[in-house]
Amino acid sequence: MMDLQKQYQELLEKYLENLDEKNLYFAQQFSRKFIEQEIAPEDVVSLHKDAVMNIFPELRNEVATTHDFLIEMMIHYGLALREHQSLIKKREELHMEMEVAANVQEKLMNATRPNVDGLDIGYVSEAAKAMSGDYIYFAEHGRKNLSVAVADVIGKGIPAALCMSMIKFGMDSIDENESVPSEVLKIINRIVEKSVDNSMFISMYYGMYNVENQHFTYASAGHEPALFYCAKTKSFEQLDAKGLLLGVKREVEYEECQVHLHSGDFVAIMTDGVTEIRTEDGFLDSAIIEQLLFEVRDQSAQQMADYLFKQLAQLQNFRLHDDFTVAIMKKR
Amino acid sequence: MNERSSVEIYTEWDVVAARQLGRDEAKSIGFGTVDQARITTAISELARNIYLYAGTGKIEIRRLHDGVKKGMMIISSDNGPGIPDVRKVMEDGFTTSGGLGAGMPGVQRLVDEFKIETEVGVGTTITAIKWLR
Repeated sequence: MMDLQKQYQELLEKYLENLDEKNLYFAQQFSRKFIEQEIAPEDVVSLHKDAVMNIFPELRNEVATTHDFLIEMMIHYGLALREHQSLIKKREELHMEMEVAANVQEKLMNATRPNVDGLDIGYVSEAAKAMSGDYIYFAEHGRKNLSVAVADVIGKGIPAALCMSMIKFGMDSIDENESVPSEVLKIINRIVEKSVDNSMFISMYYGMYNVENQHFTYASAGHEPALFYCAKTKSFEQLDAKGLLLGVKREVEYEECQVHLHSGDFVAIMTDGVTEIRTEDGFLDSAIIEQLLFEVRDQSAQQMADYLFKQLAQLQNFRLHDDFTVAIMKKR
Repeated sequence: MNERSSVEIYTEWDVVAARQLGRDEAKSIGFGTVDQARITTAISELARNIYLYAGTGKIEIRRLHDGVKKGMMIISSDNGPGIPDVRKVMEDGFTTSGGLGAGMPGVQRLVDEFKIETEVGVGTTITAIKWLR
């Protein structure tokens, strides 16, 4: 402090001598040093007072007293500054905690792309914030059957992510060889209804592809309809099935529907982070998704999913408003 | 001068009396202007909290001699409602955002040692120490 006292006084003296901008600039640089060394505002006033009284010894004592008044005034500013610094540090700690949690979630959800005869599979799942409220799940049953689930917790961030881990454990508890899509949704609905807060709603799309008859069977719990592309007619069709959101009531019946996949056909299951694309001008027409997928229909399923994500992210200036998940299953 | 002295808090003017006592003590112990202001602000916050939340209570000042170290102890005690969630009160941003002044974290920052004892329905005692450097 003595050192700073001397430097401060010298700086002040130089300024008083020349009254120039240069020394004001030095003062500004010097103040940064103060902040770095966590010198409180009241200490700065005290330094100033001592410097003034040293430079002008003839000054009346009242001038020193006015500085004491200012020191009193500065105590709370000093406290506010330190509180601010401590809150920033806390924020950094929270941020690090979130990153760890996001890693845990990533490991937990860890979707792997399955190998199923005659089917090309691709997906993208990106979180809007550190943690995702979307869930994507694949399971293969001896290369003969493929199950795919896409779920979306209404809401995002940590609460949604916690909810998602429950869905994951629900899915792990089901023996899917035995179950058809409408049954799977019924079971998951019961788990969610029992264990999730009333304000949490989850939509889910569940599909199964049978390699032998090339049928894609699906059911939906209030989820966005999937898109079905028919290569022969070069047209899109929405694959929707009736069913209530998960967790609303205990016993729910889910409609089950079927579509036959021919070579070049594909099914795209999405969350509303894909279909409800928001730009500065408002929501985009969902026809854009069909258009984008059509442009790359001859590429691999993964390339299609990547392309869709990249294009839609670009339209939003790379700011995701909601978690984004798309799964594409394409008949070879 | 007495080693111990105190001010009973009944009205807002007693907050001023507690400040005055604290400042006089701090000055005579040898604290500089800035530390005097810090000690006084801490006392002010503690006394105000008594006045606002407990109604009545006491601010006591003690001089400390620990070998060559000299310092001062501030004890704020009341038989008020107590603090149900101390952790929350000690959290940054909890009281300041509500416009309640520096709050307990602020008082803690102004002194070197700080202890809070509280029981709901019984009262609160806060002990703060500032050492002369």
